[in-house]
Amino acid sequence: MNEKQYDVVIIGGGPAGLAAGLSASQHGAKHILVVERDRELGGILQQCIHNGFGLHRFDTELTGPGYAERYINMVKANPSIDVLLDTMVVDLAPDKTVIVINSVDGMQKIIGKAIVLAMGCRERTRGAIRIPGTRPAGVLTAGAAQRMVNMEGYIPGQQVVIFGSGDIGLIMARRMTLEGAKVLAVFEIMPHSSGLTRNVVQCLEDYDIPLHLSHTVTAIHGTERITGITYAEVDENLRPIVGTDKYMDCDCLLLSVGLIPENELSRDIGLCMDPLTGGPVVNQERETSLPGFFAAGNVVHVHDLVDFVSEEGEIAGHFAARLAQGEKSLSAQIYSVVPGHGVRTVVPQKIKVLAGEQGAAKLYLRVTETQRKITLSVSSGGQTLLEKRFPVAKPGEMIVLDLQAAHLDKIVGDIIVEIKR
Amino acid sequence: MQSRQKVDVAIIGGGIVGTAIARELARYKLEIMLVEQHPDLSMGTTKANSAILHAGFDAAPGTLKAKLNVRGNQLYREMQEELGLDIKLIGSLVVATDEEGLVVLLQLLERGRQNGVPGLCILNREAVLEREPQLAPATLGALFAPTGGIMDPFGVTLAFAENAVRNGVQVLTECKVEKIEVSDGHVVGMHTSQGFIEARFIINAAGVHADDISHGAGDRSFAIHPRKGEYMLLDKSVGSFVRSVIFPTPTKVSKGIVIAPTVHHNTFVGPNALTIDDKEDLSTTADGLAAIVVGARALVPSVPLSATITQFAGLRAVADGDDFIIRPATGVRGLIHAAGIQSPGLTAAPAIAEMMVDILRTEGLSLQAKPSFWPDNPARVLFRDQEAHRKQKLVAENPLYGRVICRCEMVTEADIVDAIHRSCGARTLDGVKRRTRAGMGRCQGGFCGPRVIGILSRELNIPIPAVRKDTAQSFLFFDKIRGAREVEDHE
Repeated sequence: MNEKQYDVVIIGGGPAGLAAGLSASQHGAKHILVVERDRELGGILQQCIHNGFGLHRFDTELTGPGYAERYINMVKANPSIDVLLDTMVVDLAPDKTVIVINSVDGMQKIIGKAIVLAMGCRERTRGAIRIPGTRPAGVLTAGAAQRMVNMEGYIPGQQVVIFGSGDIGLIMARRMTLEGAKVLAVFEIMPHSSGLTRNVVQCLEDYDIPLHLSHTVTAIHGTERITGITYAEVDENLRPIVGTDKYMDCDCLLLSVGLIPENELSRDIGLCMDPLTGGPVVNQERETSLPGFFAAGNVVHVHDLVDFVSEEGEIAGHFAARLAQGEKSLSAQIYSVVPGHGVRTVVPQKIKVLAGEQGAAKLYLRVTETQRKITLSVSSGGQTLLEKRFPVAKPGEMIVLDLQAAHLDKIVGDIIVEIKR
Repeated sequence: MQSRQKVDVAIIGGGIVGTAIARELARYKLEIMLVEQHPDLSMGTTKANSAILHAGFDAAPGTLKAKLNVRGNQLYREMQEELGLDIKLIGSLVVATDEEGLVVLLQLLERGRQNGVPGLCILNREAVLEREPQLAPATLGALFAPTGGIMDPFGVTLAFAENAVRNGVQVLTECKVEKIEVSDGHVVGMHTSQGFIEARFIINAAGVHADDISHGAGDRSFAIHPRKGEYMLLDKSVGSFVRSVIFPTPTKVSKGIVIAPTVHHNTFVGPNALTIDDKEDLSTTADGLAAIVVGARALVPSVPLSATITQFAGLRAVADGDDFIIRPATGVRGLIHAAGIQSPGLTAAPAIAEMMVDILRTEGLSLQAKPSFWPDNPARVLFRDQEAHRKQKLVAENPLYGRVICRCEMVTEADIVDAIHRSCGARTLDGVKRRTRAGMGRCQGGFCGPRVIGILSRELNIPIPAVRKDTAQSFLFFDKIRGAREVEDHE
């Protein structure tokens, strides 16, 4: 088998992987490889033809392909970065050996000094949420529908119901409407949308598409193509309330019921995983529990904004490059970051406090439920490191807290992130 | 009358029974045609069942079920290599969790001995828990059957069909039988959606529709009462938390909620049993799935149901009297039933086929062995099963082996193209899934679905809106968006 060596090998050519590649180059890595399974770089951005990308990063509003293009052009112009397209990683080993396959070179063995995992996420399916009923054509995840509509040019239905109010579902409600389909309703089992507020407004309200919160789809009907669904209100335990079920005709059901970090490779090499995020446990340098393996983007935790994905990719690429160049890590203390009252997830899950000079660290967190006028607190050993007030906090919108070097110096034990009562 | 075809034997139904019979009859110098109403084989009871190779201790001694189960089990083991069948003899356990259950085990042991099941024995609590440590603490003992196992029902059905075709049988899909034509008390042929097929003998292997076929020919001697069973399939990531097929002690209507590995390293739980009227009703229900959860937890309290990747339902073709109906029709000569084939029909199928040959001979069909019969099929190469150096060679010979379409199950484009172009090839998205496993993994086709649809469109030379999920009208996409062009480098 063909064998190649690289400083940094990046698995996934979406926004996290592209940013990691550029950042690794900026931080001195000379031989960088990005492995992408699709026919072009950019990942899921390529099917997100709506605008709203890059407000933080480029201070302008871009489409998904437009955002991707900026990174792709920088990667293509960078002589240190090689790209393998249409290439699947078939095996990853803890010794940083990556086996890849494509139709041009067959199987190749690639050895990296550092590896960045940037595989993104996949959609939760009908089976995972156990919607009863038949299994007709016309039931698909919103992302699969998005690919077919935006990249291949085919519509999956004309009378559409959407279950789940994740961002892709909201975006597809508008997209299907613009393509001439009638979007009859969006059902969301939770009492709040799991998508961004701006998407609820711009994709549903602007088009008079009803959003039914605290409702679930209880059955799918139709033998060949879907002919309708049954939906019902749910109680506080998310169980359908008997007697509230109603029938609705439709010829398509799109599911936007959650995203799952794509971590089969991470599990293969035995990385320590966070059951709350579904991604690997990382420190603020995005290094995982296995030295030399970094992770960034939706593979770590599902983001709302690509800008933050790029930012995480940069962090991972930066530290992967330093490790690949043989930089010895200084002696450090490792502390755990623990989500406390009202907080569902926090990334990074570990903070490395160096003996010498500190860098800064950003905490990306999600709250458990929508709350107004809250104060988020970060504390360690009973001492408050940071407090910040928010007019509103929603589970669908990730919150970022900046920890400065001075904060890190004060860490003496577990770091608790919580909403002050 | 305009005949499209003239054959000696027409077989109605492309499930495990119809294809096993086709393959057995293909040994003789006969013109044979198998017709299936759906676009693919294995679309009825065969595609949604427990996929178990039963040892044969359940059925009452003397019944066809008992006799054909034990014989079928033996035949599968004999033909496994010849046809490359995916069968694993992992053994089965009937687990007792109370004193009553222990009594039932002894009854099953005795029954199994009378039926001729080899190797049965009762394991005590320690021996059972050593073999299956995840079983409920209440476990008291189990009946162990070393010839119990698991199999791939689609794979086996396709292997039978492919071998039948290799030996001259014609297989016609999307061919629905409308009426059997009878003249002077003997069948002369059948009207189908693809014209009239003249036939001296017609074999009714129509599964849940076998009574409709029979009634249409004037034989009202039995009815089929579909009994629905629902299942949940768990991701292979949960590993083999059970090694054997695990049954609870049986009830009168069903063998109970089973937990078993599949040949593809998943695990399933189910089925429940609910008699229904609608022969098309393959819906799962909240109540049914809840009952499965309860049953599964009774056997293995820690069963990782959060790893569920899909749920499905199948229909058992239960006939009046509860036994298989394998005999000439009443009042119509030339029509032979293989009906009421509920569990253990999958296991019994090769033995049913043997029995069918005997019946046809008795009914006057002259059977002369074909000297040129091919007992095996051309080797089927699935990329994921190959050694590394062989993979390298495959990609060098055919670059499509280097393009992985389904990552969850590691299926390449070449595997999919082969599945489409082999004899009895895939015509639908689910047909590709059943042959290659593309779309059967944890993402359930989220990534590969659009790609497989593209490949089907290209290889079958049909537009994307003509690509179907599984049945005749199950189109996946509507017309092209106005103004949109075909993507040039479409896969």
